[in-house]
Amino acid sequence: MDYSWDFGPVLSRFDMLALGLLNTVKIAMVSIVLGIIVGLVLVMMRLSPRKWLAWPAAVFIEFYRNTPPIVHFFWFFYALPVLLAISLNPYVAAVLALSTQSGAFYAEVFRGGIVSIERGQWEGGKALGMTHSALMTRVIVPQAISRMVPPFIERSFELLKTTALASTLAYADLLYQAMLVNSETFRPLEVYTTIALMYLVLLVTASQLARMAETRLTAYQ
Amino acid sequence: MNTQPILEVKGLHKSFADHHVLKGIDFSVKPGERVAIIGGSGSGKSTFLRCLNFMETLSEGEIWVDNERIGVEKNGRITYPEKQLCSVRERLGMVFQQFNLFPHMTVLQNVMEGLITVKGYTKQDAHAVAVRELAKVGLSEKHDAWPGRLSGGQQQRVAIARALSMEPEVLLFDEPTSSLDPELVGEVLRVINQLAEEGRTMLLVTHELGFAYHFATKVIFLADGVFHEVGTPDEVLKNPKKPRTQEFLRRFSEFAF
Amino acid sequence: MNYVPDFTIVTDNWIVLLRGLWVTIQIWLPSIIMGLCFGFAIAQARLSERKWLSRSTLVYVELFRDTPVLIQLIWFYYAFPILIGMQLSPFAAAMLGLTLNTSAYASEIFRGGIKSIHRGQMEGAKAIGMTHAQAMRRVILPQVIKRMLPALTNRTIEVAKMSSLASVISVHELMYQGRLLSSTYYRPFEILTAVAFIYFILIYPGTFLAGRLEKYLARSN
Repeated sequence: MDYSWDFGPVLSRFDMLALGLLNTVKIAMVSIVLGIIVGLVLVMMRLSPRKWLAWPAAVFIEFYRNTPPIVHFFWFFYALPVLLAISLNPYVAAVLALSTQSGAFYAEVFRGGIVSIERGQWEGGKALGMTHSALMTRVIVPQAISRMVPPFIERSFELLKTTALASTLAYADLLYQAMLVNSETFRPLEVYTTIALMYLVLLVTASQLARMAETRLTAYQ
Repeated sequence: MNTQPILEVKGLHKSFADHHVLKGIDFSVKPGERVAIIGGSGSGKSTFLRCLNFMETLSEGEIWVDNERIGVEKNGRITYPEKQLCSVRERLGMVFQQFNLFPHMTVLQNVMEGLITVKGYTKQDAHAVAVRELAKVGLSEKHDAWPGRLSGGQQQRVAIARALSMEPEVLLFDEPTSSLDPELVGEVLRVINQLAEEGRTMLLVTHELGFAYHFATKVIFLADGVFHEVGTPDEVLKNPKKPRTQEFLRRFSEFAF
Repeated sequence: MNYVPDFTIVTDNWIVLLRGLWVTIQIWLPSIIMGLCFGFAIAQARLSERKWLSRSTLVYVELFRDTPVLIQLIWFYYAFPILIGMQLSPFAAAMLGLTLNTSAYASEIFRGGIKSIHRGQMEGAKAIGMTHAQAMRRVILPQVIKRMLPALTNRTIEVAKMSSLASVISVHELMYQGRLLSSTYYRPFEILTAVAFIYFILIYPGTFLAGRLEKYLARSN
């Protein structure tokens, strides 16, 4: 091991990496928000007593949970545009892939929270004469939310890591910017070690923030 | 008493999958009656009570509340519109074995909840009623406590206050003391007794035979999915006629002192 | 939407996809098996009384859990060889990355399983005169293994999905072959959809099994 480390060339291009980091955070935030919307729609369909609504949602969710994310990225970037005769830029394709995938997982998180509420809670509300919708909004969902928080955070954490795949579509996220820096400096060890540490800091910070939010949101238990 | 029954049951059957729990029950309750329902575990006494306010759907039979048949006939099948069920449940208050308080609401909020969402009271009015009912069950000091922080006996008293606040015509008690520590049973029974003195109409499923004797105007022994023996407390609990009832009571008094 | 899909492109090239699938399986199974073994050892170190040992394994575990897998694969392919002064084949780099990643996650599953045993179980076994070893073998381990099975099955599924990332460092597995075919024939819709289905068929039985196991265990407890 006589390799001499030299972070100089990499650090002098740190602005490129910073831009990548910013884009990674941006795409993650947008996809989480859109994913929540997709997840809410899916879970409402999935829990509906109407079979023609519940079924497609179940198939969609299972399909997404059982295929690798990279396939979704390529499918949205290369296959969907051919099918619809449109063109999608890497950012849009990556957001579509991330938000539909996380939506499928979020839907399961939401469903898990709702079905985890004990039967007694439903009965307690019913016995007072509450309607299904009043019971849902006043009793079930408020309790379910606090149970959804930990798996929701875990899922969002996974999403944040999955954003690195956007680089394969040439979206300028942290990994893609690192590849650019590498092609200019030919210092792969330093470049990839640097961004690994940057991801580590990003993810550890995110998980600390999430833990703080979690204790807030689950206070009454 | 020649008054009309508040609640009437005709030919009630209930099955879970292939397990036939209730096998044809006819029953009615008049205002001011207090009925204790006793029987072995698994005899279907809780199921019977839970059918009355449609916590369980009937497999067969009719339920009448205030001379109104519950359910609507549609293409030869009975359906139960949510609106009608809600109004039935509003009139029949229920107290559960496991309390079923809402853990994310304070004691006061628990009692106010039905008044606001079901009866459409304003917050102030609901607050006034809740304060009154909590005072009645002796929990005025616990308004802002979370249910999870209370003892079982206190939780059950909150649950009673919650049911009372709705001013139900009939109160259904489903083994209200069965999940309590023995030393907490008394405080709950005292509250129930106090309601009896007010002349409220009540149905009580219980294992506390001593309490049932003092409390009830009528006792029902349920076995094999039918009313095996029905009568006054003295008839059923002191001088049972049927061997099955005698056997059941003997097992209860085996270790009496 | 007047695009006419033509799936003969998939059936004509099924042998290429099949070859890719075979490579996928060759990365997937060995890395999950080695990862589990290595993970078991790491769990022991994590539970060790020696502070330095449990601390350093904690760092190891968090490094792998708090950075994207794709970064790990890229690091092992482009950066690690420089450090050790030896070229790694894409296959070897992918295998190394996935094995170590699996070991980090698996060690947490093992640790959780071992810690979750109720003390009463050990006391109960000793009260009827069992030795520590007997109690471990006949009472504790059967429960731990049972309890960990769903999580381990889920991990196996995740590794199958992760293996698709090896395509980025040009391991000729299923996703790689799919990308190659779709750019050669310019039929991305048919080929990428087919690839997604193949992954689904590969992964879904595992998800199904994990779900069944979870239900079964919930009932048996």
